[in-house]
Amino acid sequence: MVDYALIWAGLIAFAVLAYIILDGFDLGIGIMSPFIKEKEDRETAMNTIAPIWDGNETWLVLGGGGLFAVFPLAYSIILPALYMPIILMLLGLIFRGVAFEFHWRATKSQHLWDKGFAIGSLVAALCQGIALGALVQGIAVDGRDYAGGWWDWLTPFSLTTGIALAVGYVLLGATWLNMKTTGSLQKQSLSIAKIAGVATFGFIGLISLWMVFIEQQYLHRWFDTPNIYYLSVIPILVLIVGVSLFLTLKKKREVSPFLLSISLFLLSYIGLAVSFFPNLVPPSISLWQAAAPDSSLKFLLVGAAFLLPIILAYTTYAYWVFRGKVKEGEAYH
Amino acid sequence: MEFLDPVLLARIQFAFTIAFHIVFPGLSIGLAAYLAVLEGLWLKTNKKIYLSAFKYWLKIFSIIFGMGVVSGVVMSYQIGTNWSVFSDKTGPILGPLMGYEVLSAFFLEAGFLGVMLFGMNKVGKKLHFFATLMVALGTLMSAFWILSANSWMQTPTGYSYNEVGQFVADDWFEVIFNPSFPYRLAHMVTAAFLSTAFLVGGVSAWHLLKERKEKTKNETARLMFSMAMWMAAIVAPIQLIIGDFHGLNTLEHQPAKVAAMEGNYQTQKGAPLLLFGVPNDEEERVDYAIGIPKMASYILTHDFDGELVGLDQFAKEDRPNTKWVFYSFRVMVAIGMGMIAIGLFSLFLRWRGRLYDNRFIHKIAVWFAPSGIVATIAGWIVTEVGRQPYTVYGLLRTYDSHSPLDAPAVATSLVLFIIVYFLVFGTGIVYTLRLMKVRPGERGKLADEESKVKSSVTLSNRLPHESNKEALNKEGGE
Repeated sequence: MVDYALIWAGLIAFAVLAYIILDGFDLGIGIMSPFIKEKEDRETAMNTIAPIWDGNETWLVLGGGGLFAVFPLAYSIILPALYMPIILMLLGLIFRGVAFEFHWRATKSQHLWDKGFAIGSLVAALCQGIALGALVQGIAVDGRDYAGGWWDWLTPFSLTTGIALAVGYVLLGATWLNMKTTGSLQKQSLSIAKIAGVATFGFIGLISLWMVFIEQQYLHRWFDTPNIYYLSVIPILVLIVGVSLFLTLKKKREVSPFLLSISLFLLSYIGLAVSFFPNLVPPSISLWQAAAPDSSLKFLLVGAAFLLPIILAYTTYAYWVFRGKVKEGEAYH
Repeated sequence: MEFLDPVLLARIQFAFTIAFHIVFPGLSIGLAAYLAVLEGLWLKTNKKIYLSAFKYWLKIFSIIFGMGVVSGVVMSYQIGTNWSVFSDKTGPILGPLMGYEVLSAFFLEAGFLGVMLFGMNKVGKKLHFFATLMVALGTLMSAFWILSANSWMQTPTGYSYNEVGQFVADDWFEVIFNPSFPYRLAHMVTAAFLSTAFLVGGVSAWHLLKERKEKTKNETARLMFSMAMWMAAIVAPIQLIIGDFHGLNTLEHQPAKVAAMEGNYQTQKGAPLLLFGVPNDEEERVDYAIGIPKMASYILTHDFDGELVGLDQFAKEDRPNTKWVFYSFRVMVAIGMGMIAIGLFSLFLRWRGRLYDNRFIHKIAVWFAPSGIVATIAGWIVTEVGRQPYTVYGLLRTYDSHSPLDAPAVATSLVLFIIVYFLVFGTGIVYTLRLMKVRPGERGKLADEESKVKSSVTLSNRLPHESNKEALNKEGGE
């Protein structure tokens, strides 16, 4: 008997991870854009992601649409529970997305759309982090409905995860720019990456420790024997990656800081998955309870198995077309 | 705030956000296909005029597509935030359809959009054309899946229930190709093509009027106007036929909707076709009715004395809102008739060789530029309001579909959406109009050599655009 729900949990997890990493550097660039001094540099920064941001954001639609399709119960509990952060995230993404076009079309109001780009990116990142924090803390459920209040999502912990994710995105964005640009923009990105790197590292430690006090399950998952023996690999790897990141930034390497930042995200993500499993809506709903009937899981799996490799192929191709350094003045518009 | 009905607020929010959204993908479907045709003609004939028309509409496409993306992401999450019971129950059926839309359409569009918009100098001509084709294919695939999902909500088939009350697919073929889907798909895709044709026609007509004033000849505007008028002449009548078939299908599966469209309260033989009137729900009749006797019966049953089911056959709580359906239907049909008239008139002028210097048709065409968009929204109001009071027709009521909603939260989000949408998309429309003001063709594409772009943007940004038309031309010309 094939466990379709488990396969789908893996695929949705992959889509969400792809979103976090790919749109993460887009949003990070938006958040750090006010700190880039010259207008030309800000435009170059924007141009490094102009041809790809749309594809990157599509992973968010796959995450949401996929949840609706294969874990409808989770979709219908999580979204009402996170009503406000989700709505604000969507509004933030609107300002971020239109800025790519409006920046070049605006005359007098250009600076306003640039602010919209920065604030929209920041709001989207904060709300995604807050949503994650609220999910970690657990969602009140009664039967098949959300049973909590409208402000349940707002806690010191969720605010912390919100800021942490925004800072982490800045790390991704700054290391991306360090890789994709030259001159003064690269220099500024490198120094921003150093600050964001240290902060991200700190937040990972803080949130990891905080989590085990929130929910007994998380504590037992990590610290019970024999779990602690093999799970301790993860924090050790985080430490190694963090140190390497710091060293490569110091050596002004171009590609490896970006890859190491992605690794940091990947490890944190694995850590979260280890804490959650097998729950999809902590603390009470498992992925098997939330799963749609097998007929739905199988039907969409056929398409996903066929289409996902093709998607990955042409997405890679699109990145390949726009490979290499983006120089100042090399505008696409 | 207890006087606010949270479900009504959620419905208004959904209606508002989707009415805004549909304009953009509707035009994206049409424009992507139009761009593919233009680029194909350019590759085939090597005539610059096709390339300049292509570049002209590519800029407009890119801004419209961008607005479609960001307003579309909202839709994919709003179903869950506001309609969680609906999501839980229909997710196993509608979710996979939307999943296929994301996998086969959204990624395809997004993946090749970057190459299409920015890759002209980075990949070869043929590869670029391929990218354009993939984007156009993506928009059509998207229409396929989302209209299948919508049609299943109108005419659900191929399902059963499971032990927790969810809809479960028994036969996916029956789910996807449910009875109203082929008609709705044909009707909507044709509507998208017509909306685009009239937009292109209106913009080029405006430039033809200007050309007359300036005593110049604009070949690109002429080409665009000619293509648009061919579409009007051929596709508008086809749309009438498709619409008729769609109506017959609706009569078979959703007679209450058709009764509301016709303003037919009492079941009757030889029902009149009401051209105008004011539906009166209290008295169950249409006031001030002007109609053609027996025509509705003839159109719907192909018999002047055919019997049409009236709203009286449905309990009051099972009827859609007659006024919305009745008026919107008339707006849509009136615009459709106007389109057909323009198309026929253009054929006559073409035959007389006066298509490019008859000012009357140019003026009308300018007025008709947004007509397709208005008709599309009106048509969607007919079909969606006509589906009420159900989300899944006959099976799941709207008032049993919503999330555990709190009125203040929904009211806040609704107000936020209204402010942001008018601000952002209002500005986007202004920028689109500004691009449309730029003269197509030779003079407009001064900065055709894309590399000069940057400096002229910064230059024109420093100038107040009203006082310097040339700078505006440049800015739009990039």
